[in-house]
Amino acid sequence: MGRNRLRPTIGLTVLAVILIALPFILTRYYVDLTIVFFIYVLLAVSFRLITTTGDFSLAQVPLMGMGAYASALMSKHLGWSFWLTLPLAGLVSALVGLIMLYPLLRMKAFAFFIGSYAIGEALRLSWIRIGIFGSHRGISGISHPSVSIPGLSTISFAGALPYYFLTLAIVVLCLVILYLLDKSLITDTFKAIHSEESLVRSVGINVTIYRILAFEVATFFSGISGVLLAHYFGHIDPHQFNLTTGLYLLIWVVVGGYATFAGPIIGVAFFSVLGELMRPLGAWVPLVYGCILIITLLFLPEGLESLPGRIVPLVKKMGIRGRT
Amino acid sequence: MELVLQTLINGIQLSTFYAMVAVGLSLVFGVAGIANLAHGELYMLGAYVVWLFYGLKGVNFIAAVLLAMLLIGGLGIIIERFIFKPLRGNVLGVAIISVGLLFIIQVLVGQIWGLGYPKRVDAPIMGALNIHGVYIGWQRVILIFAAILLLGLLWIFLQRTKLGRAIRASAEDSEAASLQGISMNRSAALAMGIGCALTGAAGALMSPINAVHPYMGHMPLLIALIVIIVGGVGNLKGTVLTSVLFGFLYTIITTFLDAVIANIASVLFMVLLLAIKPEGLAEHGT
Repeated sequence: MGRNRLRPTIGLTVLAVILIALPFILTRYYVDLTIVFFIYVLLAVSFRLITTTGDFSLAQVPLMGMGAYASALMSKHLGWSFWLTLPLAGLVSALVGLIMLYPLLRMKAFAFFIGSYAIGEALRLSWIRIGIFGSHRGISGISHPSVSIPGLSTISFAGALPYYFLTLAIVVLCLVILYLLDKSLITDTFKAIHSEESLVRSVGINVTIYRILAFEVATFFSGISGVLLAHYFGHIDPHQFNLTTGLYLLIWVVVGGYATFAGPIIGVAFFSVLGELMRPLGAWVPLVYGCILIITLLFLPEGLESLPGRIVPLVKKMGIRGRT
Repeated sequence: MELVLQTLINGIQLSTFYAMVAVGLSLVFGVAGIANLAHGELYMLGAYVVWLFYGLKGVNFIAAVLLAMLLIGGLGIIIERFIFKPLRGNVLGVAIISVGLLFIIQVLVGQIWGLGYPKRVDAPIMGALNIHGVYIGWQRVILIFAAILLLGLLWIFLQRTKLGRAIRASAEDSEAASLQGISMNRSAALAMGIGCALTGAAGALMSPINAVHPYMGHMPLLIALIVIIVGGVGNLKGTVLTSVLFGFLYTIITTFLDAVIANIASVLFMVLLLAIKPEGLAEHGT
């Protein structure tokens, strides 16, 4: 018992040490990649929260963009600090998401999937059309966050190394909140809605409120991930948040698996490593994405996270066969 | 007056084009529950077949269009058998797996035939028809009549032949149909073959009008989705009528406002309709 309880603690400590040491070992290029990896992990885990109620949202990437745009505009035009725009932009995303939910809540499964694409695309196209969003060129020169300590000095998070730790801290904090939510009773309800909707309704649970809650929490954190992206690169444009990115997000989560909290993280990690290995392939990469998606859905419908559970019995079986 | 006539003709042309693509998707969705998001890519492949055989090799235009229908229809049957069939009944699952297909076809076409400048295909009959001072390119006339011919043939096939009735029976109630000895596998394969051939034909006929490039399938897919949601899945009459409605709506907004607003209006219209009648996607029958 004691040993079992100790194991996750040791694992987490090792992970923490690795994550802290990582930027000092890696070259600048890989630090960049890891920062982007953290941002997409947050997005993918948020996306997966919605899938627990059975809905697959293609609006999540445009809503991430909404957070990015909101924060960029607030810091550029109002001069507000990053620490204020970060949560506010998350709330803006959540608010826009709430408006989107009004029609979306009437849809289920495939209708929701297509409906969320359509409404997300309408949001994205509006950035091209409405002047303040900077049309196709988007917004440039978004400030880097900084902290000023009164009477001392100002710490800027402009470099890759400080931004790495900033992103790590914010993403870990968000993931802890999402994890606690996942462990709590609420998520069990989300899952019940997915599998046994009429039963859930019959015991007096308001399904709609849970669908709203899942979507809103996810959208808030998607917005946060957008803010992190905008203030790191200093530039955003509508093209970054198009359907292709939305479909990549879908592929990460479906291939990683969405039954457990770890699935989307495994998915993003898998494709980040694969993306690096496939760099020489250049424009062929989406083809590999497509093949992996098709193979996963046909042969491993529960995603990569279910792989150990499938291999272990197989190995055991072979071991027994080997002995006899 | 000329503007009105021009808008009218543009509207008719766009409607017939939408109808061909949307009826193809509606058929496979209605019969086999296949929400094929790679439908636009099959349209694009149809255009490439014509560019390759008619544009480069000098094959007769009509023969190239027929070849496109044959090849894309055949490809559709293969895709149905090996990729969609294992997930049959799971509409969302099929939609997601078709995303993989979309990426594969797009990359293959882009890498084999190049991403750079869009390919130009010369119209088989140059020049334009002059109606009271309004010019309409011959290729557009051909498209309009070919679409009416193909959709008419499909209609006769579905209404008058035994095979066509079997497909409609599967669309209405697959269980009852299979009790009558109608194989769901055969109906699904046939629907996919016909639906994809029709989309391939649309791409083939559009190739001299629109530039041929790997991403040309996005817009037709979006329109087809909107149209079948409004027209009712598997409801071919409704699909054709909605195509006409949408063809004119889009033409009018593009003519008097601009294309981005037309796109925003289209997607918002779709959201509105999905919200009003979400059952539109579950409706069956012709």
